[in-house]
Amino acid sequence: MSVKESSAAVFSDSPGKIALRNLRKDKRSIISLTILGIIVVLSLCAPLYSGFIAHTQPFESSLDATITLHGKSIPVLQPSTTGLGLGVTPIGPTWNISHYFLGADSQGRDVAARLLYGGRSTLFIGVSAGLLCIFVSLVIGIVAGYRKGWVDAVLSRILDIIWAFPVYLLAISLSVVLLTSGLTLLFIHIGPGSFALPILIIGVVYIPYVARPIRAQVLALREREFVRAAIGTGAKHSTIIFREILPNVMPSVLVFIPIIVSLSMLTESALSFLSIGVQPPAASWGTIINDGLGLLYTRPMVGIAPGLMIVLTAAALNLYGDAVRDALDPKSRSRGD
Amino acid sequence: MVIALATLTGTSASQAAAGAPLAPFDPSHAGGTVTLVAAAAAGTLDPKVNYTGQYWELYQATYDGLLTFAYGDGVTTFNVVPDLAVALPTISNGGKTLTFKLRSGIKFSNGQPVTVADVKASFERIFKVSSPTAGTFYNGIVGADACLKTPATCNLDKGVVVDPKTNSVVINLVAPDDAILSKLAVPHAVINPASSPVKDAGTTPIPTTGAYMFKSYDPNKELVMVRNPYFKEWNHQAQPQGYPDQIIYKFGITPTDQVTEVENNQANWAYDPIPADRLNEIGTKYASQAHVNALTAMWYMPMNVNLAPFNNVKARQAVNYAIDRAAMVKIFGGSQLAAPVCSFLPPNFPGHIDYCGYTKGATPDKPATAWGAPDLALAKQLVKESGTAGQAVGIVVSDDDVNKQMGVYLQSVLNSIGYKATVKPISGNIQFTYIQNTKNKVQISVTQWYQDYPAASDFLNVLLSCASFTPNSDSSINMAGYCNKAIDAKMQAAIAKGVTDPVSANKMWGAIDEEIMKDAPVAVAFTPKQLDFISSGTKNYHFSLQYKMFVDQLQVK
Repeated sequence: MSVKESSAAVFSDSPGKIALRNLRKDKRSIISLTILGIIVVLSLCAPLYSGFIAHTQPFESSLDATITLHGKSIPVLQPSTTGLGLGVTPIGPTWNISHYFLGADSQGRDVAARLLYGGRSTLFIGVSAGLLCIFVSLVIGIVAGYRKGWVDAVLSRILDIIWAFPVYLLAISLSVVLLTSGLTLLFIHIGPGSFALPILIIGVVYIPYVARPIRAQVLALREREFVRAAIGTGAKHSTIIFREILPNVMPSVLVFIPIIVSLSMLTESALSFLSIGVQPPAASWGTIINDGLGLLYTRPMVGIAPGLMIVLTAAALNLYGDAVRDALDPKSRSRGD
Repeated sequence: MVIALATLTGTSASQAAAGAPLAPFDPSHAGGTVTLVAAAAAGTLDPKVNYTGQYWELYQATYDGLLTFAYGDGVTTFNVVPDLAVALPTISNGGKTLTFKLRSGIKFSNGQPVTVADVKASFERIFKVSSPTAGTFYNGIVGADACLKTPATCNLDKGVVVDPKTNSVVINLVAPDDAILSKLAVPHAVINPASSPVKDAGTTPIPTTGAYMFKSYDPNKELVMVRNPYFKEWNHQAQPQGYPDQIIYKFGITPTDQVTEVENNQANWAYDPIPADRLNEIGTKYASQAHVNALTAMWYMPMNVNLAPFNNVKARQAVNYAIDRAAMVKIFGGSQLAAPVCSFLPPNFPGHIDYCGYTKGATPDKPATAWGAPDLALAKQLVKESGTAGQAVGIVVSDDDVNKQMGVYLQSVLNSIGYKATVKPISGNIQFTYIQNTKNKVQISVTQWYQDYPAASDFLNVLLSCASFTPNSDSSINMAGYCNKAIDAKMQAAIAKGVTDPVSANKMWGAIDEEIMKDAPVAVAFTPKQLDFISSGTKNYHFSLQYKMFVDQLQVK
């Protein structure tokens, strides 16, 4: 292909296709998506691992369980036999995929199996809360920015009020209040142990962080010639929003998604670590770190493993977010060049 | 008495079974500062209000009653000895009148002399400040009924009769009480100045009579005890001279940091339960500094007999059959630190008999002598028969690690027998009162009971009598809400019998224990031991079965 033909191809492609092409070429996006893919697949395989490989029940206490390792029957919780014989220590990592690969926790449960199940919870809540936040923020941002006037004033003040609270403080407060009896919205009741509760709480606390930039962008877009022209031609509001505003806001939204999902996941882990997120016996990476807190001296792997998973996932999401931003932002790209 | 999670227990040299009196004071070891560390303070410093083992441990070196429990080791510490009274009381009128003579020449730490007027005022103050045991320990004093109804105007003119000329104090009871001497020996019956506030003194120290007084108290930081300048030893067994010049109790230190500080000689003793993952280290590297002692206490799970699903006796029995007490012992730290039980009265306690109706192969009508294994199949069958399967059950536990682990285990058990259980961890500061209040609709909880005094009534009558159940109150120690009038009558008969025939009374208590457990208002899990971990530079450790470690007898010099 000649330079002329190539240039023609580039100019004939939509911005989305160009961004996608840029993403495919970006090593950061390839690496981060690979890491995320592996984590997601492993997490989805949790029931297969616990049921068919480890043969364990990760949500039931197994304080009297024993395993056979190297031909010997070993208790999963091992009473001290030295000195004064004080304490009972869970078995450490066996590095055997079919027997307590990462060891056991204080309830005699397989940490590896719980780690995979924990990934399901953390990722599900993180992604759901992130998407909820983005969707609601998009609606609020567009409505406030497009309608302006009192609608904008009311919505902006509500966002200001939420923003006035530190994110974690607000999330903790909401969790503590709602976890005791759940939440009833009209005829919908969300039980205290439901994942919907942390999804809702986390989704809400991050709304101002997404909605405000979107609103600002919409305010600017509304004054652009193509939008004014559409208004001048008598186009419907819905047409203007969906055809003129939304496509121009979407690149920002796409950049926000991995970042907000990452933040939501971290917040979920923090709340679960504080016992106000995912409730036992369900597991999330945060609850497993909490389980590991009491075993830091003897079985640090219980806390380290989920910590590493959180770091890997958050780093991968942020890296992917950077790659998406650069792919969608030609100026940023040229700076990079 | 509830202990904010007193834990484990001891070993080494202090498996004190046999009794021994306290050795004479050795002035060559006096001096220095003893530093105690804890995660949190234990609330009010008022000895008439505070009901925690954490501070009762300090009150023995600071406050005195007419009677007290003896210093020493082993069973000696269960002995009631005269303290501010010259001698044990003369008992007359069929056990209903106790006559004491107050020692003269004793002063409070503010220099004011102790008088019989202070004694009378102190007994009235029990009711005026609504002491937690006012209605259970001291309701038998003549006039107490009116005091319980209108505490502000409490007047015990007929119940506590004093004579300043002869220094005599006569306590009149409405009925004989076999445990009255023990009740008069606990901190709620200590003598305070008549000028003490008629409300909870909170963080303001009340003058003391003992070897130490409280100098300052900030629940968020520390409690400082110094020598009482007016103290002169009057009875070595009751209130001996202490060794350290100062005792500092530091708060806000996590349990694992407490262990590290004691290991590094930065603190002399750690209050909180030793974290599970430090136990092996202490049992091996620091074995000579660990002291394990048996306690007369229990970890148990009260089930609300007035709320579904536990308003059905079969549901309660199912829980008793299902729990693996050995597993709960493992969570607590292993067999060196606890032992499974399923009777209400702890082993080696007055009235205890070896029986267990809720173990594999046994029934409440044909009990085994000891717990052996859970019977999940029978538990599931009972749940099915009760028609309560599938119901939601909330388990309220304290939010410390051990209690949370117990809650998670119990949740697993309840789910396995057909319930939908959730664990509700709440702050240890409020959990004990929260689970008492019927407003909170607690179905089942995990809690502990440590004896106040060595008598069966302190367990059965205090925890499971109709009088101990007060709906909508934070002070309703009968958390199960169990009230069986026929059994109540038997308990009153046992109390009366104990005055003249303690042996027969204890047999009656044993039978009452069995009868109550057939109704299964609670599931008893295990009896714990106390593990005290002291620094290498700390000597002269002595353990009281009543109040645990004698803080004032520790030597750091």
